[in-house]
Amino acid sequence: MPSLKDLRGRIKSVQSTRRITSAMKMVAAAKLKKAQEAAEDARPYAERMERMLSSLAAGIVPENAPPLLAGTGSEKVHLLVVVTSDRGLCGGFNGSIARAVKARIKSLEDQGQEVKLIAIGRKGVTLLRRDHNHRMVEKYEELLKPAPAFEHADEVVQRIMRMFEDGEFDVCTVYYNKFVSALTQEVTPLQLIPFQMPESPDEEAGDGGGTGSGGGAQYEFEPNEETILASLLPKNLSVQVYRAMLESFASEQGARMTAMDNATRNAGEMIDSLSITYNRMRQAQITNELIEIISGAEAL
Amino acid sequence: MADKIGFDVVSPERLLLSEDVDMVVIPAEEGDMGVMAGHAPVIANVRPGTIAVFSGNSVQKRYFVAGGFLEVTGERCTVLAEQATPIEDIDISATQSQIKDLSEDVSHAKDEREKEAAEADLALARAKLQAAESPAYK
Repeated sequence: MPSLKDLRGRIKSVQSTRRITSAMKMVAAAKLKKAQEAAEDARPYAERMERMLSSLAAGIVPENAPPLLAGTGSEKVHLLVVVTSDRGLCGGFNGSIARAVKARIKSLEDQGQEVKLIAIGRKGVTLLRRDHNHRMVEKYEELLKPAPAFEHADEVVQRIMRMFEDGEFDVCTVYYNKFVSALTQEVTPLQLIPFQMPESPDEEAGDGGGTGSGGGAQYEFEPNEETILASLLPKNLSVQVYRAMLESFASEQGARMTAMDNATRNAGEMIDSLSITYNRMRQAQITNELIEIISGAEAL
Repeated sequence: MADKIGFDVVSPERLLLSEDVDMVVIPAEEGDMGVMAGHAPVIANVRPGTIAVFSGNSVQKRYFVAGGFLEVTGERCTVLAEQATPIEDIDISATQSQIKDLSEDVSHAKDEREKEAAEADLALARAKLQAAESPAYK
């Protein structure tokens, strides 16, 4: 049975925990708003790039397609880029990514394929290090501070491109938490290399006709499709990785906000129940003392 | 003056510029390209150089871009670039010293890859200096 003093101490400590978690919740909420805005600001560029790519890819002959688009022709070595957060206290945010990645590694290796890893974010490095350290070719910690910037994505992509040019992998996939709402995130794999056109798969089957799908305009190309595609594709990689980083960052803030909200609520409940116990004990003690005094007086 | 064309410069991080202009001249890979309203749809590579925004027959503003992509549809002209610096904001002496540093990097480069990267940066810095010192389309 804890003494009154112990209880007082516990109530105090839970109260200060609650103060911290509620402050963290506020901070996460503010950051979330900023992260959402950043994600929105990045949209016009990504949209236009997508439109250009799809009209370019529609007009290109498969034999001339660069390896970034067509792939290396084999699927032996997979590179997984894992985007996580640098800091914890955000619920299942990092755990769910790590779980998905581990499952993917296992299924790929069961099929006899090789896996390499690039981890972005300290938590991802920590979570994957124990089982998969030998697969990790590169890790970026504290890269996304204070917020993801395009140059960070570029840095990562340059590393990926170097590996690709050296033939170190065939397929590259990014794993990140997609921002669904402030309350929900979704672990999403996004294949980078070979590049996959988002939705409208019938467009590629349109055998080079470029039949005015997507935007409706029929473009002229200068100098020609192949040259533009060759410079557009690497840039598009950076854009995709950047987008994954932004989504992940927004998700992280959302996850932290939810986690801290729960923690604050739990702390409140705990304080309530501790206070009840404390008051009861105090009352019992007072009653006890009264009984002692009264029975002492009666004995006289 | 005839119709205006919407001119946007977008970076991966945000929309840098968006205005209605009479004409823009964009440094495409195979030569400068003047774009006015009603231009045929084009997709092109952009080389490092100066974007000149025309109002009537005279240049109103100039921006330096370090390369990117150009998309023209009937009523919009969009440049995808990572940066667009107004010419008057370029620091000439800083660029000159940057050129000097980069030329040293090129000669001291340890391997092909490093050399190539330094050379690309050097070409970029030279283009920037040229854009700042001798603006096109007076």
